[in-house]
Amino acid sequence: MKIPFPDLAPAAPELFLLAAACAVLLVDLFIRDERRWVTQVLSQLVLVACAVIVLATATTGTAFTFSAMFIDDPLADALKLMILGAVSMLLVYSRRYLADRGMYRGEFFTLTLFSVLGMMVMVSANHFITLYLGLELLSLSLYAMIALQRDSVAATEAAMKYFILGALASGMLLYGMSMVYGATGTLQVGDIASIIARGEGNRTVLVFGLVFIVAGLGFKLGVVPFHMWVPDVYHGAPTAVTLLISSAPKVAAFAFFMRILGEALGGLTADWRSMLVVMAVLSLALGNFAAIAQTNLKRMLAYSSISHMGFLLLGFLAGNAFGFAAAMFYVAVYVLMNLGTFGMILLLARSGFEADQLDDYRGLSRRAPWQAFLMLLLMFSMAGLPPMVGFYAKLTVLSAVVDIGLVWLAVFAVLMSLVGAFYYLRIVKLMYFDEPVDTTPLSATADARVLMTVNGLAVLALGLLPQPLMAWCLMAIQRSL
Amino acid sequence: MVPLSYYLILGAILFAISVLGIFLNRKNVIILLMAIELNLLAVNLNFIAFSYYLQDLAGQVFVFFILTVAAAESAIGLAILVALFRNLRTIHVDDLDTLKG
Repeated sequence: MKIPFPDLAPAAPELFLLAAACAVLLVDLFIRDERRWVTQVLSQLVLVACAVIVLATATTGTAFTFSAMFIDDPLADALKLMILGAVSMLLVYSRRYLADRGMYRGEFFTLTLFSVLGMMVMVSANHFITLYLGLELLSLSLYAMIALQRDSVAATEAAMKYFILGALASGMLLYGMSMVYGATGTLQVGDIASIIARGEGNRTVLVFGLVFIVAGLGFKLGVVPFHMWVPDVYHGAPTAVTLLISSAPKVAAFAFFMRILGEALGGLTADWRSMLVVMAVLSLALGNFAAIAQTNLKRMLAYSSISHMGFLLLGFLAGNAFGFAAAMFYVAVYVLMNLGTFGMILLLARSGFEADQLDDYRGLSRRAPWQAFLMLLLMFSMAGLPPMVGFYAKLTVLSAVVDIGLVWLAVFAVLMSLVGAFYYLRIVKLMYFDEPVDTTPLSATADARVLMTVNGLAVLALGLLPQPLMAWCLMAIQRSL
Repeated sequence: MVPLSYYLILGAILFAISVLGIFLNRKNVIILLMAIELNLLAVNLNFIAFSYYLQDLAGQVFVFFILTVAAAESAIGLAILVALFRNLRTIHVDDLDTLKG
């Protein structure tokens, strides 16, 4: 049998990133500790170059390569740009934090690059094997990164919990995939879709597999009842790693949902919709109520992320192009707000001080008025108050839900976001109306401060002008479905 | 010839044992790692059975990938376990309770 040499052009960004990550890994070996910034600059350049390649090879159509195991379409390009942007912002935010804690080493940067590679493969996967390999490359890098702070009990414990539950989730996902394979006889996303569309394949086996797939995806996204790992991992991991876990992988998880549920199992929309409704309702309720009880900001944000992922599911379960675009818009906005909020924790942290307790934010407006104002914008956006972008994101998702006739679900989601507004506004109250406990001036670096300003103002600017981003999401989805 | 359903039932039993092993085990983290391995092997059994009965090689190729990833996964799992043991001096599941709330 002769296998033709594959067309490498559609996979150019991934191939470049793989080569560059290996090069950074090697170069880092020859760099002394005091010149570690070279590794960071290199990693940053690699991410920028990769984004340029994604833009340069962007097409308006769909290209397949590697025996149609790999796909390059506008959706993949858009999501890859989001991932690369989020991770390069993360590198800027986390520099000081890592240096203060002895984690400013090559491992952090190379593992970050490999996790980005995993996410990009997931986004561009058109075959169950590719999806699985991308997912595992991402997960294995994240497990190791959480445990990077080897002498911290909380970090190693978080790594162990994430590892066990993550591996269990992969097992569930694979079990579901094996059932879908048994029912359809193929692992290719497009082939599965056409077999289901023709009404072939044993439906009972398909739905049985679907249940396991949804459970596995639910674990990865961190929605109730598969959310047990989220608070512990967000809390225990070093904040820089928490920022990574809570931002870009959500985009990749959205891509995973799109490829498996939206494209491969699109014919079973009625079946997975009811499962997603249950998961969304539970996530919205538990996430918002449990967040109220937290005193640790990272833990509070973990529960808030559970409720945000509930919102993401609301858009997704509509199961049409507008719903998918609303979910994509939501995930982009969530990642932006999340980068800002965790970026603020990193900005305020210093050696021996984590800035992760709610009390650490008392009187911030007097210590650092500008940063407090940016935090206020971010919190308003998270709570979904107009004119911030968080409001528009929630509105689009809710209109997608109303369009398919689930009005009760939209009403429930609005009620739950009112509950959520309480704990976001509590932070604003602490910052503006309480006496400062800690009066040490801010010691953040200039680059992080500038980025923080851009990030905070972007939340406001996008809220005033959401249409271009929304149009971009809608275009990407429509051209790829 | 052994019917397909026998393999699937065996796979389902192994899968159930591994999931129970993860949730009921309160003793030792190493048993959790073993349960995860069993979990992946149950999936592999499913893939091979389907692959054979469908006369399609893709399932068997997938099994090779799963085996390789499982090896990498247990290497990382054991590394985290060593780091955890150095900090806690125990690998009892019940002692993993620093993070709560």
